[in-house]
Amino acid sequence: MELRVEIEKRLPEFTLELAFEAGAEPLGILGASGSGKTLTLRSIAGLESPTRGKIILNGRVLFDSSAGVNLPSRARRVGLVFQNYALFPHLTVAENIAFGIAHLPKTEQREIIDVQLKRAHIEGLQSRYLRELSGGQQQRVALARALATSPQVLLLDEPFSALDTHLRSQVEREFRETLASFTGVILFVSHNLEEVYRICNNLLVLSGGTMAAFGRKEEVFQRPPNMAAAQVTGCKNFSRARAVGQHCIEASDWGVKLQVEQDIPEPVRHVGIRAHYIRFADAPAGLSTAPESNRFPCWLAAVSESPFRTTLYLKLNAPPANPADYHLQAEATKDVGSALKGQSFPANVQLDPAQLFLLSD
Amino acid sequence: MQMPADLAPVWTSLRTAVTATVITLVLGVAAARWRLRGHARTWELLDALLLLPLVLPPTVVGFFLLLLLGKHGPLGQLLMKLGVVVVFSWPATVIAASVVAFPLMYVTARGALEQLDPQLLQAARTLGASEWRVFWRVAVPLAWPGIVAGVILSFARALGEFGATLMLAGNIPGKTETLPVAIFFAIESGQTRQAALWVAIVMVISFAVLAALAVWTRRQRQIMALSQGRGAAPGGKF
Repeated sequence: MELRVEIEKRLPEFTLELAFEAGAEPLGILGASGSGKTLTLRSIAGLESPTRGKIILNGRVLFDSSAGVNLPSRARRVGLVFQNYALFPHLTVAENIAFGIAHLPKTEQREIIDVQLKRAHIEGLQSRYLRELSGGQQQRVALARALATSPQVLLLDEPFSALDTHLRSQVEREFRETLASFTGVILFVSHNLEEVYRICNNLLVLSGGTMAAFGRKEEVFQRPPNMAAAQVTGCKNFSRARAVGQHCIEASDWGVKLQVEQDIPEPVRHVGIRAHYIRFADAPAGLSTAPESNRFPCWLAAVSESPFRTTLYLKLNAPPANPADYHLQAEATKDVGSALKGQSFPANVQLDPAQLFLLSD
Repeated sequence: MQMPADLAPVWTSLRTAVTATVITLVLGVAAARWRLRGHARTWELLDALLLLPLVLPPTVVGFFLLLLLGKHGPLGQLLMKLGVVVVFSWPATVIAASVVAFPLMYVTARGALEQLDPQLLQAARTLGASEWRVFWRVAVPLAWPGIVAGVILSFARALGEFGATLMLAGNIPGKTETLPVAIFFAIESGQTRQAALWVAIVMVISFAVLAALAVWTRRQRQIMALSQGRGAAPGGKF
């Protein structure tokens, strides 16, 4: 089971250029909107023709510009689940699922439909039409329709983005079960970090049509190789940096010297830390702070509250002049956040040397 | 006084309009599909050509048809060698009606096909469907409301055709004499009551066509409203 993609697609205002391989483990494709995620899936599905390159699925050449091969979508054996599902409104659920297996004998079709209906927990809906289905049900039918053809690769384009929040977690859990039993290649496109992290083992980060990162998800999140990958994976705090010692850098935007655990790359231009790794030294119990290094006095510039989390905007070493005058964004749970809000400043903030990552761009 | 009424023009007209509608349906949908698979820029001239019968006076259409199919016309001569004379025959009424009705069918079918969600066609392709199957199982059923509207309009236009029919098919009672032509000559020869009867029949048919269109539109709106209620915005995204 292997998909190899090495393509370039030139559009008037955008160029997509990427090379990656995907095997038995789901590959998440993460990127902002307009980064080329959907275009990548559409190229693999044969709905777009790359300008040049190769797409090889289990040894079958789907596309090869130098050999003049460009298989039509119908011959590629790919299952594409569209963002808005693209179900056929004039067909029933059963007919939608059967659309891709019409060449099989009726009894065999019946069996496959039953298996899919059962797997998707929509047994009672087979004679319903699209307009009679909820969003979550439509999503299940879309996946069932794609799986019914036993594709060699399953391409999922933001499959949860059209669902209400309260539906998402349940649908996602079922989805993960289904994907676990699927034996082909899985590409999962999303702009939702947490979703991708839960579903995929490997991660490809796209930024402006090029690959910013590609590897194990833990690796990509822990040590993003560049600024774009760090930003797409949700990092908010960056400072220009230069080396001043073997494991010591100067972060000029934050006005501090920092101990770092990783070896300093050559050149080093930026340092970053994720908002939820920022620790408060005199925070209430439960948020312990062990090492003494990288501890700085900080003042609160602004606070932004979501239902269950609080984002604190902090300025190091001096009181802020205005709410936009801050160095770091720290994320804390609601109770920690409100405790901090009430306390007197300066407080002590600590930037864990193990969580600081260095970037060469 | 010819009584009972001479109903021959009614049958000629209905036969002509139905045959012409079937022809325009096939050709109009085929042309629309062909057009939508091509590239827009090179097609603008052909588009204009396909739509020309809609804007030209029917007598001008008749003039060109005569040029093409007449005794000295290129197609006319070719057919003559095969022993077929089109001019002043019943098929000539069908040809005239088809040519003037064609643009209506073409435009409505094209509009209906153009408005389809391209993702539905693409989804069908990724599910292994051939282009033929994509067209018949997805595009045509989904564009059907628009196509039916085109059929009704084409039928009405074919039924009312006068100028081109008179020029190409003439006025041979029981053969090429359609209702509009018959009414014209009845009035001209002072047979007002005969003309009035035919007018009444045309009115009945026309009202029936309009009613059919209205009923159809209302039904389609209801279906659309239903499917947009939930289908278009899955899970209440908006």
